[in-house]
Amino acid sequence: MSSDHSVDKLVMMANQMGRFFTPQRGGDTVGAITNHINRFWEPRMRIAIAAHLAKGGAGLDGPVREAVGRLKEAKVPEKGLSA
Amino acid sequence: MSLVHEIDYGTPVSKSAETVKLTIDGNQVTVPAGTSIMRAAMDAGIQVPKLCATDSVDAFGSCRLCLVEIAGRAGTPASCTTPVAPGMVVSTQTERLKQVRKGVMELYISDHPLDCLTCAANGDCELQDMAGAVGLRDVRYGYAGENHLKLEKDESNPYFTFDASKCIVCSRCVRACEEVQGTFALTIQGRGFDSKVSAGMLSDDFLSSECVSCGACVQACPTATLSEKSLIEIGQPEHSVVTTCAYCGVGCSFKAEMRGEELVRMVPYKDGKANRGHSCVKGRFAWGYANHKERVLNPMIRESIDQPWREVSWDEAIGRVASEFKRLQEKHGRLAIGGITSSRCTNEETYLVQKLVRGGFGNNNVDTCARVCHSPTGYGLSTAFGTSAGTQDFDSVEHSDVILIIGANPTDAHPVFASRMKKRLRAGAKLIVVDPRRTDIVRMPHIEAQYHLPLRPGTNAAILNALAHTIVTEGLVNEAFVREYCDRDAFEHWAAFVSEPQNSPETVGVMAGVSPEDIRGAARLYATGGNGAIYYGLGVTEHSQGTTTVMAIANLAMVTGNLGKQGVGVNPLRGQNNVQGACDMGSFPHELTGYRHISDDATRTMFEKLWGRPLDHEPGLRIPNMFDAAIDGVFKGLYVQGEDILQSDPNTVHVVKALQAMECVVVQDLFLNETANYAHVFLPGSTFLEKDGTFTNAERRINRVRKVMTPKNGMGDWEITLAIAKAMGFEMPYSHPSEIMDEIAALTPTFAGVSYDLLDKVGSVQWPCNEKAPLGTPVMHIGGFVRGKGNFMITEYVPTDERTGSRFPLLLTTGRILSQYNVGAQTRRTDNVVWHGEDVLEIHPQDAELRGVRDGDWVKVDSRAGGTALRAQITDRVAPGVVYTTFHHPDTQANVITTDFSDWATNCPEYKVTAVQVTPSNGPSEWQREYNAQAEHSRRIAAKIAAE
Repeated sequence: MSSDHSVDKLVMMANQMGRFFTPQRGGDTVGAITNHINRFWEPRMRIAIAAHLAKGGAGLDGPVREAVGRLKEAKVPEKGLSA
Repeated sequence: MSLVHEIDYGTPVSKSAETVKLTIDGNQVTVPAGTSIMRAAMDAGIQVPKLCATDSVDAFGSCRLCLVEIAGRAGTPASCTTPVAPGMVVSTQTERLKQVRKGVMELYISDHPLDCLTCAANGDCELQDMAGAVGLRDVRYGYAGENHLKLEKDESNPYFTFDASKCIVCSRCVRACEEVQGTFALTIQGRGFDSKVSAGMLSDDFLSSECVSCGACVQACPTATLSEKSLIEIGQPEHSVVTTCAYCGVGCSFKAEMRGEELVRMVPYKDGKANRGHSCVKGRFAWGYANHKERVLNPMIRESIDQPWREVSWDEAIGRVASEFKRLQEKHGRLAIGGITSSRCTNEETYLVQKLVRGGFGNNNVDTCARVCHSPTGYGLSTAFGTSAGTQDFDSVEHSDVILIIGANPTDAHPVFASRMKKRLRAGAKLIVVDPRRTDIVRMPHIEAQYHLPLRPGTNAAILNALAHTIVTEGLVNEAFVREYCDRDAFEHWAAFVSEPQNSPETVGVMAGVSPEDIRGAARLYATGGNGAIYYGLGVTEHSQGTTTVMAIANLAMVTGNLGKQGVGVNPLRGQNNVQGACDMGSFPHELTGYRHISDDATRTMFEKLWGRPLDHEPGLRIPNMFDAAIDGVFKGLYVQGEDILQSDPNTVHVVKALQAMECVVVQDLFLNETANYAHVFLPGSTFLEKDGTFTNAERRINRVRKVMTPKNGMGDWEITLAIAKAMGFEMPYSHPSEIMDEIAALTPTFAGVSYDLLDKVGSVQWPCNEKAPLGTPVMHIGGFVRGKGNFMITEYVPTDERTGSRFPLLLTTGRILSQYNVGAQTRRTDNVVWHGEDVLEIHPQDAELRGVRDGDWVKVDSRAGGTALRAQITDRVAPGVVYTTFHHPDTQANVITTDFSDWATNCPEYKVTAVQVTPSNGPSEWQREYNAQAEHSRRIAAKIAAE
């Protein structure tokens, strides 16, 4: 999950979430985006977008950028289970 | 097992709560008021002779055979048309009645072929039965008089024959077409002796008429006049088994009528709670694919996709799957492989595939074809109400006063439910249709929508917001419902949002291409017209705002109080037979059965204990993510059960790249489908006729699928998954699918009460079925929502990133047609191709003229993703600027045009909005030719090549 094409798509998907969660009540847009990504994105997707943020996070909208920064750390186990 | 005999009560049941007592042939009978004497007699076990009456249609009173005598009343009234009355004393058998009936039968038989021994209906002919019942021994008039015996047969329909010489003009077929199906294709042409059943105009035969081949007329016919061709060819069945159709999400119950292991015909089951005895052309007739010559019955493998297939033993094929998957995990890590469950397979089979992935592969890379259709329904309704499913049963529509259809085409895609809906509309319910196309239901015999909002594709959320704006700003909110059942803060926040000027019909109407007055009118009708029910389909979900739109629908139902009772609700019309079930069974990569998140420790622990395996707590890849990961080189192996992802998923070129990038693609299907062109192992699947299991339909109804013949491929689909699991070192010890359901029930609170014993006893149940609701839950959210308070979400309209412009000025939207199903793998291999042999492009006359396109011309359709060519059909059914096609034929590959834009929450693809250009063409495109050449090359089988 590291090609430019894949990362561009992840950025677009994250920004889509941002546009949905921004007007919701409660005010915690960043938390809602973070939670959605944590709950629905496979670890490698989270790692890829976190890496993209580390490289400057081009294209990520404001609250989405912050949300990606708060993602729980994802690990990709080579053998056995991480559970 | 004998034939499943269904009692014909002669006239429909009365739903009156009042009862009436009367005496019939000395028996005291108590029946609901409004019941016919005929039906009351049948309740008492007395069969009054009849021919023109059957309980699927209203009484007609034409055959004059069901006459009775009533004490104190003159004459011999027809028992079918005469309602019971208190204290009535009825005689069904007197000398006078015997004479009259015998006389009537003499007349019928004097003009009827006397070929009973060679007649297809021999053994199942009501005319023959009645001749016996009235004691007919001779016909005084002889047989030489003027008659209809030389009338020609109409054999134009591929599935049934109309033999006019055997017709008694009872009108049962005509009435079934009108009352049950609602098509009004048939009529009685001529008068008196010239009366004849006719399929529409004089020039029409059945095939060229408006007949939709639902089979209701054939079912209603009391003689051999309308007979299934399969029955004529094979003979009368000797046993039958009740099972469930494997086509759309209506989930019709059928009797599979058999001779030995040969299927004679499929007859809709009257006690089926989803279909109430009705059927459509697919379920009733389109089952021939099960024996199609292209069905593959032996497992096959190959080293690479450019090689021909090699037939091997099951052991070798399963061994190859396991060794390859293990190798890929060893080399590329545990997350390098995954599986896709099928909405065409049973709950039990689906459950097993996700169990194999989670327990056997050790990851959560499992997804289902619901990803590309109704995944936004699950997320959206769960957020609003707390349950990822529709709120009603199908019977609910009988209590609706206003029906709002958005993004659904039920007469084509869910025809049996559409017939029930049409019946309610003919009875006076009002109709609102929100759809870019003028679908059939907008205007058809005896039905005309009060409002059709032909919105521009992609503006669903905006239109729904405008409907809500009208309701809120015009004071049409159901305050009592909102106060009692909904989150107040959420409502206030939402009400302020929809009241903003950008959500007004006047603003939205301009942008969506819909009259603001119509938006306001539709909103007022829905909010104030009585019980309002919303039915929606993939025209809602398959958008970048699919989930948002589902939430907007939920908001609309909540703000008007249209939830928690009969006649209302939010009703997703599921595309495939078991989409609901596949979702329920934990097919999504983030959820276990019953929609419980994989990260929930308590739930996961429960599964781990029972399965004896640790489970990954992280969500897995969704189907589009699997494709991206494959192209990125980190996803290498895929097990696909009963799903043709290459033809059904968007952006075909992208999917091809993904499949080519994998090292082991395993396809389990009936046929070498398009995905199999890129597969390394092919495991032949079994049909729904060859397996036991359950399907869950769009109303959450769990129906039994029953095995009526031995799997022609040697193994049920569930057994194949078990074999793979075992070879992967993960034993799943089941001896019958009922044991799988027992495990599902043990692990899933909403299924806790479900078992095969219960289903055999009560027919079917709708989940939740548990201690609180031992017989299931027809209507949800009565007296409060599952999540507590109803949750209004803000549904701001965000235009899709897919935009029209000078290069791609038109918007393409895709859908289905009645005679075909999904990617057509089944229906293309039946005679249904006579109705739809190829996909065509619907284009408005103005757009066609601008491009110099004539009806029937080849045109090329190009989008940013790709292009294909097909024939044009010029029609004003689509608005200017909008074109439409179906995706049933791989020769067209409509999805080479669609993009990989998707829903923000679920990644459900945006099939319904693609910017395209249409130009004249002289035939299939270069890409189509190359694709077909590759497909032909890929389908070679070594043994067959050698034999040639």
